[in-house]
Amino acid sequence: MKKILYSLRSHKLLQVYSALIAIVAGLLFGLIILIVIDPSQAFPAFNSMLFAGFRRGLSSFGNVIFFATPIVLTGLSVGFAFKTGLFNIGATGQLLIGGFVAVYIGVTMTFFGPFTWVIAVIAAGIFGALWGIIPGILKAYKGVHEVVTTIMMNYIALYLVNYFVKSSIYDGLNNRSLPVPRANIIPKFGLDVIFSHSNIQGGFLIAIIAMLIIYFILNKTVLGFELKAVGYNKDASKYAGINDKRRTIHAMMIAGALAGLAGASMYLSDSFTYINVQDSMPTQGFMGISVALLGLKDPIGILLAGLFFGYLQVGGQNMQLYGFAPQVIDVMTGMIVYFSALSLIFAKFAIRFFRLRNEGDDA
Amino acid sequence: MNNVLTMRNISKSFPGIKANDSISFELREGEVHAILGENGAGKSTLMNILFGIYKPDEGEILLNGEVVDIKGPNHAYELGLGMVHQHFQLVQNFTVTENIVLGIEDVRYGLISTKKARKKIIELSEKYKLNVDPDALISDISVGMQQRVEILKVLYRNADILILDEPTAVLTPQQISDLMNIIKTFTKEGKSVIFISHKLDEIMNVADRCSVLKGGKYQGTLEISKTDKNELTRRMVGRVVDFKIAKKKPSIGDKVLEVTDLTYRLKGSDKALLDNISFHVKAGEVVSLAGIDGNGQTELIYALTGLIHNAEGSVRLNGKELNQLSIRQRTMSGLSHIPEDRHKHGLVLDYTLEYNLVLQEYFKERFQKHGVLQFDTITEHSEALISSFDIRSGRGPKTTAKSMSGGNQQKAILAREISRSSDLLIAVQPTRGLDVGAIEYIHKQIIAERDKGKAVFVASLELDEIFNISDRILVIYEGQIVADLIPEDTSYEEIGLYMSGSKRGKGYEKNPV
Ligand SMILES: Nc1ncnc2c1ncn2[C@@H]1O[C@H](COP(=O)(O)OP(=O)(O)OP(=O)(O)O)[C@@H](O)[C@H]1O
Ligand SMILES: [Mg+2]
Repeated sequence: MKKILYSLRSHKLLQVYSALIAIVAGLLFGLIILIVIDPSQAFPAFNSMLFAGFRRGLSSFGNVIFFATPIVLTGLSVGFAFKTGLFNIGATGQLLIGGFVAVYIGVTMTFFGPFTWVIAVIAAGIFGALWGIIPGILKAYKGVHEVVTTIMMNYIALYLVNYFVKSSIYDGLNNRSLPVPRANIIPKFGLDVIFSHSNIQGGFLIAIIAMLIIYFILNKTVLGFELKAVGYNKDASKYAGINDKRRTIHAMMIAGALAGLAGASMYLSDSFTYINVQDSMPTQGFMGISVALLGLKDPIGILLAGLFFGYLQVGGQNMQLYGFAPQVIDVMTGMIVYFSALSLIFAKFAIRFFRLRNEGDDA
Repeated sequence: MNNVLTMRNISKSFPGIKANDSISFELREGEVHAILGENGAGKSTLMNILFGIYKPDEGEILLNGEVVDIKGPNHAYELGLGMVHQHFQLVQNFTVTENIVLGIEDVRYGLISTKKARKKIIELSEKYKLNVDPDALISDISVGMQQRVEILKVLYRNADILILDEPTAVLTPQQISDLMNIIKTFTKEGKSVIFISHKLDEIMNVADRCSVLKGGKYQGTLEISKTDKNELTRRMVGRVVDFKIAKKKPSIGDKVLEVTDLTYRLKGSDKALLDNISFHVKAGEVVSLAGIDGNGQTELIYALTGLIHNAEGSVRLNGKELNQLSIRQRTMSGLSHIPEDRHKHGLVLDYTLEYNLVLQEYFKERFQKHGVLQFDTITEHSEALISSFDIRSGRGPKTTAKSMSGGNQQKAILAREISRSSDLLIAVQPTRGLDVGAIEYIHKQIIAERDKGKAVFVASLELDEIFNISDRILVIYEGQIVADLIPEDTSYEEIGLYMSGSKRGKGYEKNPV
């Protein structure tokens, strides 16, 4: 019994509690907004949102996965950088670059035949990584803060991609890129049989594999040991002879690759296949920050958080049936993230609520 | 005399360890009450409970005869308690004033006003002769000064009961005697002080009574006037400790470390922090570096170990030039380094003990295969070190370093650095924060390493330590080595003269300008 109590009191679990409390608080906040907007429809709409992800069984859940896939990947990107003490706000730009490269290859390099999608995915990862390396180098050797550079790199990516779309694979009629032929999108590996009648996409498998790899790197390898050491204590890492500059660059490179893969998974799915010439950033990049925070920067947590936000997205679409704008979901998502950022306070609340004592490792 | 504070049957458990086991403690008005106990005995835990940081599992606390439930540090301050923690809790890039008012800022129209606070700080600083500059940045001031800022923080909140958790561990002898005087003024005003220290001389000097803890249990309270150091030690460790260790004559070998004309100045500054330093350490000898804090010791150690990499001159290890090498290359060339600041450099506090114990070796064949860590060997290795160096913690190899007691953190670093088979051991304040039993053990280890033929270079602010273990003593003053002495041929007084710059040794006369 004592043992169980102790494990309950452990730091990690406390964080999980506070994340759960943040979710509940965020949802309640959303409900209040619904009530303010339209009291008569609020409860049915809220109810339908809560259960939309399961309403039609696996097929609804296929849609959840569809929304979750890119944000799990950007979440991993942000979360991985966090572990090394870096705040990668640049997942958006890395995603755009990766996405464009994937679409470009999918449209023009059909000579790879059935391997086209593989090449496209790999290239997306590589170009995402290259886009991530630049802020990494600037941080390591010039001391420029990565928050500043990654934001700038986002804008550069946006305009660069617009320019490249227009000058290479442009579909002027629709002001977007030419579509990737069906044959060159990421195959579904039979997922569409399980999750029939949904937007399920094969990219989810890529996200799962990426999650496993990241988990492995962080917890089992020398590279992970060094990356986390730099994130926790730069001075001690230096003392231990770890090349923190190189590791900063590696971390940004891997983070960029993950976001690049997110781009491939987004644009090589049968609901998207083309890139719009756009004047605003795709939201999946920034969602990655929310996912990483709610997922407690932990690969498995990030997968769960990504699925949760995907679930809310599906629910949001249902809200339209009740006359609410699906943006209510964005507000809720925002609130949940906001609340999870206040997790310290929630941790204290959780301590009381679950009759815990804050100790364990928190001297 | 009345008790201002009573703690009754306090118990507190952490995962795997009962840190406090039904401890009782009484504090009289106007007394200095020392708490003595081995590393990990539960002293800091007891004080953290008193200060509201931990809730006790059992027991009660009475302030002026009334039972109180101390909810947290802010509540403790309201009740007239003040605590200076074992590890400082200052914000580096805030000023002294900002740090002191942190948490109880005077807010006007949404802006923080520090004018009144600044005045009060100056007054307090004058009254207690603390000499603190209210506008200095924490990152710019010495450790001793930071200590006083912590004390000011407590005074500023009008504490009547001061808890000082190992306040002297990081201070120089001069700063310590200043602190002793400050403590004595407190008690004259009727304030009561709880004083935790491993240094028996300090306890004998400043305390009225001393309570002893061992393994989380209360061992009794002694009147200082009716006891002595041996009695205290026996109560604490359960045996007699040799303050003076026996060592045989060194058998000295070849030069291992050879430093020639090492010079270092900050970019854009003329003043040399290290000024043409030359010396050597041979295999089988312990050479120590004495000096008043801030005379270039830190820079010298950094330059030797690679934390500073742009010093001019030459640093050779077994004839191999190190000066342009990276830290990792130096480590691999046979250099071990026990750093001055255990929290900044010595440990990754969020890592487990076993990870910290391989911090300098995780990349070696033994601990990794094809880039994958070998957890079994890592755990085995750390278990061996934990038992041979008696590192105490709640959950063995899996304990987070952060949750270990200060002294046990230090032992972990010592274990890691001494156990590596290196040719040169550089140790800065190796026994800082250790109990007398552990100090004896570490000194024996250092001598054992020497007898195995290692070269040992120790920088310490404590002359007792220096005289105890050294075969040779170098004195540093304003970035220059000013003397090279044999302990048997010199005295504390003479070393004092060298340290203050009033005397120079043969061969170290001032360079003609
Ligand atoms: N927050 C915590 N979580 C888990 N274990 C803890 C925590 N704080 C202290 N401990 C354990 O409780 C024991 C007592 O620690 P404490 O810090 O009170 O020792 P101490 O007497 O102050 O020692 P030192 O002289 O080394 O500072 C230690 O074994 C330590 O590992
Ligand atoms: Mg302590």
